[in-house]
Amino acid sequence: MAAPEATTALAPTPRRRWVPRIALSQELVLFLAIVALFVVVGAINPRFVAERNLQSIFLGNAYIAVAAIGMSMVIISGNIDISVGSLIGVLATVSGTLAVAGVPIVLSWVIPVLLSIAFTTTMGAMVAYLRIPSIVVSLGFLSILKGGLIVVTGGAWINALPEGFHLAQMKPFGIPMPIYFMVILTIAAALWMRLSATGRSIYAVGGNAEAARLSGISRERTVVKVFAIHGFFVGIAALLYATQLAIIQSTVPPNLELTIITASVVGGVSILGGTGTVVGSTLAAVLLAAIGSSLIFINVSPYWLRAVQGVLILVTVLADMWRRMRQARGRGR
Amino acid sequence: MSDAILKLAGISKSFPGVRALSNITFDVRAAEVHALLGENGAGKSTLIKIMSGVYQPDEGVMTLDGGTIAFNSPQEAQDRGIATIYQELLLFPELTVAENIFMGHAPKNRFGAIDWSTMREEARKLLASLDIHDLDVTSMVGTLSVGNRQRVEIAKALSHNARILIMDEPTAALTEHDVERLFGIVRLLRSRGVGVVYISHRLEEVFLLADRVTVLRDGEFVATKPVSETDHDGLIEMMVGRRLDALFPKTEAPLGDVVLELENVTRQPLTKDVSLKLRAGEILGIAGLVGAGRSELAEVIFGMTPAESGTIRVDGRNVRIGSPSAAKRLGIAYVPEDRGRQGLVRPMRLAENVSLASLGRISQGGFLNRQSEATLARKSIDQFRVRASGIDQIVSKLSGGNQQKIGLSKWLATEPRILIMDEPTRGIDVGAKAEIHRMMSELAQEGMAIIMISSELPEVLGMSDRILVMRGGRIVAEVDRADATQESLAAAMMSDASASMAVAAE
Repeated sequence: MAAPEATTALAPTPRRRWVPRIALSQELVLFLAIVALFVVVGAINPRFVAERNLQSIFLGNAYIAVAAIGMSMVIISGNIDISVGSLIGVLATVSGTLAVAGVPIVLSWVIPVLLSIAFTTTMGAMVAYLRIPSIVVSLGFLSILKGGLIVVTGGAWINALPEGFHLAQMKPFGIPMPIYFMVILTIAAALWMRLSATGRSIYAVGGNAEAARLSGISRERTVVKVFAIHGFFVGIAALLYATQLAIIQSTVPPNLELTIITASVVGGVSILGGTGTVVGSTLAAVLLAAIGSSLIFINVSPYWLRAVQGVLILVTVLADMWRRMRQARGRGR
Repeated sequence: MSDAILKLAGISKSFPGVRALSNITFDVRAAEVHALLGENGAGKSTLIKIMSGVYQPDEGVMTLDGGTIAFNSPQEAQDRGIATIYQELLLFPELTVAENIFMGHAPKNRFGAIDWSTMREEARKLLASLDIHDLDVTSMVGTLSVGNRQRVEIAKALSHNARILIMDEPTAALTEHDVERLFGIVRLLRSRGVGVVYISHRLEEVFLLADRVTVLRDGEFVATKPVSETDHDGLIEMMVGRRLDALFPKTEAPLGDVVLELENVTRQPLTKDVSLKLRAGEILGIAGLVGAGRSELAEVIFGMTPAESGTIRVDGRNVRIGSPSAAKRLGIAYVPEDRGRQGLVRPMRLAENVSLASLGRISQGGFLNRQSEATLARKSIDQFRVRASGIDQIVSKLSGGNQQKIGLSKWLATEPRILIMDEPTRGIDVGAKAEIHRMMSELAQEGMAIIMISSELPEVLGMSDRILVMRGGRIVAEVDRADATQESLAAAMMSDASASMAVAAE
């Protein structure tokens, strides 16, 4: 339009904008929620904050947090992977089978991770170059992996695992291994997303693929990369899952992929892509695990956990929409 | 001529930041074709959307058959006999002709189910009443030609007993044969008492078809005249006649070597046999109507839709530009028209948007240097006088003009030598506009070669060293700064001397 536009300065003073943004960040909200949960439930039932329970909350769920790191990156890039649950199951079985077969233990750890990267990279290539929506590609992989796992293992559990295989049970300096993995990988991934050129490309492709392409960022290469990196985290998650118990079941917890996606979404990753952080998803994974455990301690049927998760997802998504709407309305045009 | 069926008086409509229409008077009589003319952005689309109930006016009165009306939805307008055929036809390709015509009001039998045979029969009758006998009402709309689809749209409008039919550039996508048939149908409708509002960019059509013509300019009413009292030049003058304001601080820049050269470059459907030369320090304006192929040409040069044939030379060397990254490596930058979709990543911070096209430049070993990124962002804030709370502001919160400045500085950060700007100042305020024009002049003086696509003739005239006019994907005129006038450009943009009109004129 040639009609002159009203010259409105929309820029608020930096100071006033700065404070509420910190106050409203998803990560802080989640952190406070975790603290509040421990304080309140701990007051109702002190056994909730006993070391044994804390261990079971953190150790039993660290692999979910690790998988959610990769998942968050995938969702930030504007994609999704619903095959992770099955993939973790397959990789755990591969790891255990290798270990039982007498392969050096280090290899029984490393090979599943490499295999995982190969799988997700293939998925990423199909999404990027064949332009098949990621939800379809990963749905296909989900079925293949799930079916294949049952056929190959016949549903049998793996036991008699060799000495030294149980990585997740190790405690260097008195701290359980899964905690190291969860904390170090979260921090490394957060820094990488923030500081690397590829991390920036992931946000750009998810935020506006067309603008990214016009800026000379290859959507294809970025998507393949993000899936490959996702594979690394899935591989580590499978490793933690495989080595935490004396036996390896041929099944994973039902709806594992949904739990992982829930952690990402509740962690503040927009399901539409472009925004969110891996710190948020790890905090959300911890929060979800803590809620699950707390239900037992305040005598509520654990079946409510799903419902609580559902409410959390909806609340987060509504908050995200509300934020977007405010953003759109604040636009100067 | 009878009295007006639909009357609009004092209609105004604003959108955030833009006054699209102000104080418009317009009326439609029975049995007339009333042409609505104006440049891109003159407010034609907004006006027809008000008549068809898509928008509600901020001010003004609409009367239908003498009674005041206000439409809250397109449905209400349709119920009162006002039908609109938009440029993009709104049909369901997977449904049959008959189903499309009676979408939403299919005849029912006594059990409340759709009465298929009556529906087909009614559809056949409707088409026959439009003198259309070669269209099978049971064929899928998706299999029809554009011309046939448009006929289905018209039949659909008439199935609602439309007394007023609004047509938005109906001939834009038609072949000459279809244009001819459309004219026949429009004349038939007129003879039956339907009032037709006809929007077109082709002046010839106005003289062939219309009884009266109304011209809008910059959202304002210019005049309504009987077509017999106007002529080609008079209409053009009414459409463009405005003073050249002092917005354009174009300074003379010394021209250097040819940096970009296109020879017979073709990319179907809208880049046809284009040849041009661009020199360092030159601002080359490209004028043309919407759909003339200007943006498409930019997309070819920038590698978004690579050329199918022809030669492109950068600095005298033959190059193949197969992707935007290839164009970037050659020192070509493109600031697209659609900032929201193509220009910026809205949820990202200002600094992140500025550096988006220069990630390689500001990173080492795959890691970004946040210091250089911040420097880059601060530099562009200073250079462009961007009004933002700081480099961490989310870009979607900036005003349109400031967003455009960020889009431009993103590309200047890549240190290009060839800059393509598509509608650089559309939809931004006057102050920001002047600053962008000042920047363009400065860049040209530093030796940047600039291609500027603009629909605003004053901008083209004010900023360009040389002007190319495009129409139908071809360059149809080249005018030097000294020789160009609004009238000569507008005539080149619009006059359609092609064979199609000659045939239709018969």
